[in-house]
Amino acid sequence: MIISQHKPFEEIEELLRGCEKLVLVGCGQCATACMSGGEKELMEMKEELEGIDKKILTYIVPETSCNYLLVRRDLKKIKNALEEADAVLSFACGDGTQTIAKLVNIPVYPGNNTLFVGEVERVGLYSEACRTCGDCVLGVTGGICPVTRCAKSLLNGPCGGAKDGKCEVNPENDCAWILIYNKLKELGQLDKLTEIHEPKDYSRQAYPRNLNLRNQDGGGR
Amino acid sequence: MMSRLRKALESGEFAVTAELAPPKGTDFSHALQCAELFGDRVDAINVTDFQSSSLKATSLAMCKALIDMGFEPVLQITGRDRNRLAIQGEMLSAGFFGVKNLLALTGDHTTVGDNPGAKPVFDLDSVGILQAATMLANGVDMSGNKLEGSPSFYLGATVTPEYDPIELQLVKMEKKIKAGAKFFQTQAVYDLSTMEKFKEMTRHLNTKILVGIIPLKSAGMARFMNKNIPGINVPEHLIDRLKNSGDPVKEGIKIAGELIVELRDKNLCDGVHIMAIGAEENVPLILDEAGL
Repeated sequence: MIISQHKPFEEIEELLRGCEKLVLVGCGQCATACMSGGEKELMEMKEELEGIDKKILTYIVPETSCNYLLVRRDLKKIKNALEEADAVLSFACGDGTQTIAKLVNIPVYPGNNTLFVGEVERVGLYSEACRTCGDCVLGVTGGICPVTRCAKSLLNGPCGGAKDGKCEVNPENDCAWILIYNKLKELGQLDKLTEIHEPKDYSRQAYPRNLNLRNQDGGGR
Repeated sequence: MMSRLRKALESGEFAVTAELAPPKGTDFSHALQCAELFGDRVDAINVTDFQSSSLKATSLAMCKALIDMGFEPVLQITGRDRNRLAIQGEMLSAGFFGVKNLLALTGDHTTVGDNPGAKPVFDLDSVGILQAATMLANGVDMSGNKLEGSPSFYLGATVTPEYDPIELQLVKMEKKIKAGAKFFQTQAVYDLSTMEKFKEMTRHLNTKILVGIIPLKSAGMARFMNKNIPGINVPEHLIDRLKNSGDPVKEGIKIAGELIVELRDKNLCDGVHIMAIGAEENVPLILDEAGL
């Protein structure tokens, strides 16, 4: 899931300088799940914005704010409000915010910072798990990603910087390579540690990346 | 001509290296004076690469200055600040300047340094840096493109003998050897039993190991390192010696000298690597204590 979090209110206020009439847009997927863009959060934000004399014309939580066709469908329902509004304030992730911005002709401002692709450990507790590197190594690392969970993305084992199993960069984090070692030991796969992992091919990560399945056999609709 | 460090290690002499950091600024005079102090008493001088992720002049610049003075440097390269283009370019430049030894390190993270907002690179890890050096020595770059003249380095890497689980250090050590490492410099060790165990565990690797020596300056420094520096464990009896001494700096030098003598007499390593971190002028005194 894509984890996002509200920007500090002062920053939102600064972005909205000169805008009076607003439409709030959330997202029914990730932002709802991580409590940054669901209906509840939009209601709270509405109240807070009204406290600084903003007028909220309407708010909407599209089913999936990063899906162009779904967002287009949902925004049609609030056409009148969008025509009257000075700006849209988005509480989707950065992806959803850009999708919304493509579909309206007024400014769209981000109310959220998009943090990472992560796991929901518990309600309100999220941790980064995948950096979308395009070349998954989990098969040889016991299902624990060293690209993401090692602060240096080391592929061939740990640096010397672990103290009591914790990372030198943030002592609250476990050393990914010690976790990997323990997991592989448990799985009886320690032999997977011995092969040299060649340096990653970063050309696979040259962005912006696109994926088009429509011209391939069996893909697309 | 073969590197003096390689010659010492391969002929079974007890090798000595010492570490120097380039200056933070353009005034190299103090660093070069320290090199003069080490003089002929060390086989090679390691030059750090933005040690502790703090901005300094580059290792290569200082290596060149040392070569011009007639000393033999070990160029340290971390993966933190340079991608594979820059690392290979640094190696070609080092080859041109006559650098003969190279030490590959992961590098501390940018966030622990003095420009914490810098973008961390880590394109190559220490194994990748060694692979790059090996490929260049074979006349091609990492993509297989031919070189006009290739650098050849005596390659080294690092290892932390006081580590749990030690198997992880050993596995990575083996990868480093496969990638071209011929010698290892360790994190500072204070406990002989650590090296006794480590020697046993690494015997089959048939590689050269220089044990890291950091002279202690006070009981406080020892405690601080025990608490904060990964892989360092100063035993209590040494902390007591520093605490009870009227001149802890001198006592620290004495402890370092004794440690070196014991490591050598018990044949626990192939040499030592002295990291005086800011007290480089004391290196000759440590060597005096150790009878080197």
